[in-house]
Amino acid sequence: MPAAEVVGALGTRFSATPYALGVELHATALLEAARALRDAHGYRYYVLASAIERKETIEVVHAVRHPDTHDTIFLKAALAKDALEIDSLAYVWSGAEWHEREVFDLFGVRFRGHPDLRRILMPDEYEGHPLRKDFPMDTPWGYRPAKTEPAP
Amino acid sequence: MSAPIEVVEREFGELALNMGPQHPSTHGVLRLILHLSGETVVKADPSIGYLHRGVEKLSEHLAYDQLAPVYERDDYLAPTANSHAYCLAVEALGKIEVPPRGRWMRAFVAEWQRVSSHLVWLGTLGLDLGGALGGGTTLYMHCFREREKILDLLEELTGTRYHTNMNMIGGCRYDLDGAMAAKSVALSAEIARALPELHALAGDTGIFRERTEGVGVITKDLALSLGVTGPTLRASGFPTDIRTAAPYDAYPELRFEIPVRQAGDALARYQVRMDEIAISLRLVDAIVEGLPPGPLFSRKPIKNPKATKLPAGETYVAVESPRGELGFHLVSDGTAQPLRLKINAPSFANLQAVPHLLPGGLVADVVAILGSLDPVMGDVDR
Repeated sequence: MPAAEVVGALGTRFSATPYALGVELHATALLEAARALRDAHGYRYYVLASAIERKETIEVVHAVRHPDTHDTIFLKAALAKDALEIDSLAYVWSGAEWHEREVFDLFGVRFRGHPDLRRILMPDEYEGHPLRKDFPMDTPWGYRPAKTEPAP
Repeated sequence: MSAPIEVVEREFGELALNMGPQHPSTHGVLRLILHLSGETVVKADPSIGYLHRGVEKLSEHLAYDQLAPVYERDDYLAPTANSHAYCLAVEALGKIEVPPRGRWMRAFVAEWQRVSSHLVWLGTLGLDLGGALGGGTTLYMHCFREREKILDLLEELTGTRYHTNMNMIGGCRYDLDGAMAAKSVALSAEIARALPELHALAGDTGIFRERTEGVGVITKDLALSLGVTGPTLRASGFPTDIRTAAPYDAYPELRFEIPVRQAGDALARYQVRMDEIAISLRLVDAIVEGLPPGPLFSRKPIKNPKATKLPAGETYVAVESPRGELGFHLVSDGTAQPLRLKINAPSFANLQAVPHLLPGGLVADVVAILGSLDPVMGDVDR
């Protein structure tokens, strides 16, 4: 559960709006808010990064935690689908490195300043981002047998 | 007349060595690209994804009631932990009550699987450290002998030894009767008696200590910043356990201690896990003793799984699996399928420490460090 005063402080400083699990903020404010959260509020434990695809946007989500109070706060930033780029948090919490690689791999969100932005779960030469809603489900990469057998 | 002998001086730089994905010490299909200078690791780059089955994508195409068994295949050493976390997430979003007996039975199976998972970990750690421990298979066989009895108990309870399908949304499936409760009590006493034997084969031997003491140290800062979890975090000095930090199911009513070590090395992780086995054995006894009467399941029998809908919303619920915090970040848009479901896998978080731990160590330390982190590749790759 997010601590109310931390949510309030982020709200006034970065014009973030609270929601059930944490705060929603503008993509340009994410990096500064993350630094403030770690240094001023003591949220030093990294939990996860994820992304949620909505109709118009893709929301990038980071979850971090205070190691003593066990308060977890989610930072959420929405990106337009034609501009999928956001600041990387890998130098704020090193745990974000692989999680951001996973979001890049499965959603195609690019992380600015990430030390090593490669695919992590899918093969390097894979095309497309499988967790996108428009990813064609009926053509798995390379594994589908041809519909018509070639003539002998 | 022969040509003068030409002397070529050659300098050996770094050697890139592939370890896995078929290496027996990588616990499945992990591939490590090790950059070596002599026998010292300079850089390590884990390559994962060989077991990626797209479970999160599959979640968006199945109904809520069909999904719990799917997740049991993720972390295949503690299957119920996955469905447990999933059911808790759905229940939190859908405000579904679980009757007390159902909650306690979930914890019962979860604790038995924690013991069985830790026994597999210890046995395979013995194999990894190999010849140093009396031929390697000795410890392995002792651990698997004890684990076999747990699987037999779970088979009698649920009909399957492994993927028990115990948890369903709103409760659980199988009930404990008097005879099985007595068997559980007898079994926990039996395994508790075998624990000193396992200590004598592993942690009490000088060779084991030399292979693990001071090896793969995770400092407190690194542990927090990486977000390592479970026994790995507790071995680095943080008494953090989801069962007490954010209690769920029967755990608010149970009393148990959380083992902590300060050293952060492979030996500390061994000690934390061994303590956890003993604590879990006491916990299953406490659960059998305090098991409340009543129904196991709160919902009507499910005839059409696609009729189950959740209100739109977002939740994050975690359980303490044997490997650490296993969380489900569930986003619903009000339809019969999740809009997005992210599995926060403990093995993924712990494996992320590998590139930080291996450089500076020897190749022989690689298997000791990997073994002490206890990654399950099904959990890492999902």
